[in-house]
Amino acid sequence: MNKVVAGADVAIQDIPSGATIMLGGFGLCGIPENCIAAMVKKGINNLTCISNNAGVDDFGIGLLLQNKQVKKMISSYVGENAEFERQLLSGELEVELIPQGTLATRCMASGYGMPAVYLLAGVGTEVAEGKEVREFNGKKYLLEHAFDSDFAIVKAWKGDTLGNLIFKDTARNFNPMMAMAGKITIAEVEELVQPGELDPNYIHVPGIYVHRIFQGSNYEKRIEQRTVRKR
Amino acid sequence: MGLNKEQIAARIAKELKNGYYVNLGIGIPTLVANYIPEGVNVILQSENGLLGMGPFPFEGEEDPDLINAGKQTITTLPGSVFFDSAMSFGMIRAGKVDLTVLGAMEVAENGDIANWKIPNKMVKGMGGAMDLVAAAKNIIVAMQHTNPKGESKLLPRCTLPLTGVGCVKKIVTDLGVFDVTADGFACIEYAPGVTIDEIKAKTAGKLTIAPDVKEMTV
Repeated sequence: MNKVVAGADVAIQDIPSGATIMLGGFGLCGIPENCIAAMVKKGINNLTCISNNAGVDDFGIGLLLQNKQVKKMISSYVGENAEFERQLLSGELEVELIPQGTLATRCMASGYGMPAVYLLAGVGTEVAEGKEVREFNGKKYLLEHAFDSDFAIVKAWKGDTLGNLIFKDTARNFNPMMAMAGKITIAEVEELVQPGELDPNYIHVPGIYVHRIFQGSNYEKRIEQRTVRKR
Repeated sequence: MGLNKEQIAARIAKELKNGYYVNLGIGIPTLVANYIPEGVNVILQSENGLLGMGPFPFEGEEDPDLINAGKQTITTLPGSVFFDSAMSFGMIRAGKVDLTVLGAMEVAENGDIANWKIPNKMVKGMGGAMDLVAAAKNIIVAMQHTNPKGESKLLPRCTLPLTGVGCVKKIVTDLGVFDVTADGFACIEYAPGVTIDEIKAKTAGKLTIAPDVKEMTV
């Protein structure tokens, strides 16, 4: 079994226009830079992107937005992207804003084979509109459905040729449960190793969830808010 | 006069208790970390997947893979732990976080909070705020008492889209400290140089003055 593909261009080559794609990352931390660049180059459009954020104007998913390749964004926070806000207010872009924990858990439900879950967030707010409400132990919950995503594209620190993945620090964020949720999951990693080189005790996502893997290159890893203290 | 942002944060820090797991939101709440009292050990939760958030890194030691929920570069501490976003909100939802401090645009006298959307004007999203306010055992709001137009942010009912219902327990503003009670806002402390009359004039929601109200120690 070998899941290794040559690079981002090959990994995304069958993603059609109109596809629903999950993209891992929190802000610009742990985003699949290589695959985003390849999608920009390929020019597929009318995409529905499920991702916690929408990048910034000139990096991350912002590059797809700038290129008008995104039809709909499903996110929890999009505040760092002026082009996003412009497209949204002008009606060019559809957006569904959902609570961050709900976003994460709807991905998780998908990877765990659960069609829906009852969640607390958003009860009594406009997020609850049109959703089934059910009471458990005197508290109200909303029925939230698992995502149905054609592709998931994630970024990991290390991976092996069987697709087993390890993430680093807070670059883990949404990547594991998105990796588990895609019908086709593509993982780009900083370091691709042979089976046996990763300690089985410390693997975050088992390779059974991953269909394609490649070692990425030229990671920029842009920092959104550089905060430091004096020595 | 009233408190500046640092003083609001310092006052909230006095609410921290030894052993608390605390989630601090963006803005004034982030500053609370700078005022944790001597001898009080708390563990900071960052909802992007970290327990045990440390201070900002020294210049040159920033790591793009290590950020907080405000996307700022940070550090870890001995005993820190990373996890994914589903587990992060799992622990929040399960009530494991003892205290959440966050900012607000409006708070209502029944504890409703609005802080994520201004229709047709600001579309940034709720991030993790809705999850946090729905689940945290204790929620303190840090905010200015009035908006830039001088209008009260402590209201009978929120006018903006809600983030959560009946969840705020305490508010610290530039003018004072307010508990949210069954009888509306109860002023328990006023800031130095601020009068009860000023607080009354700038509070649109139902306000009571606690019998033992006192001047805040800054």
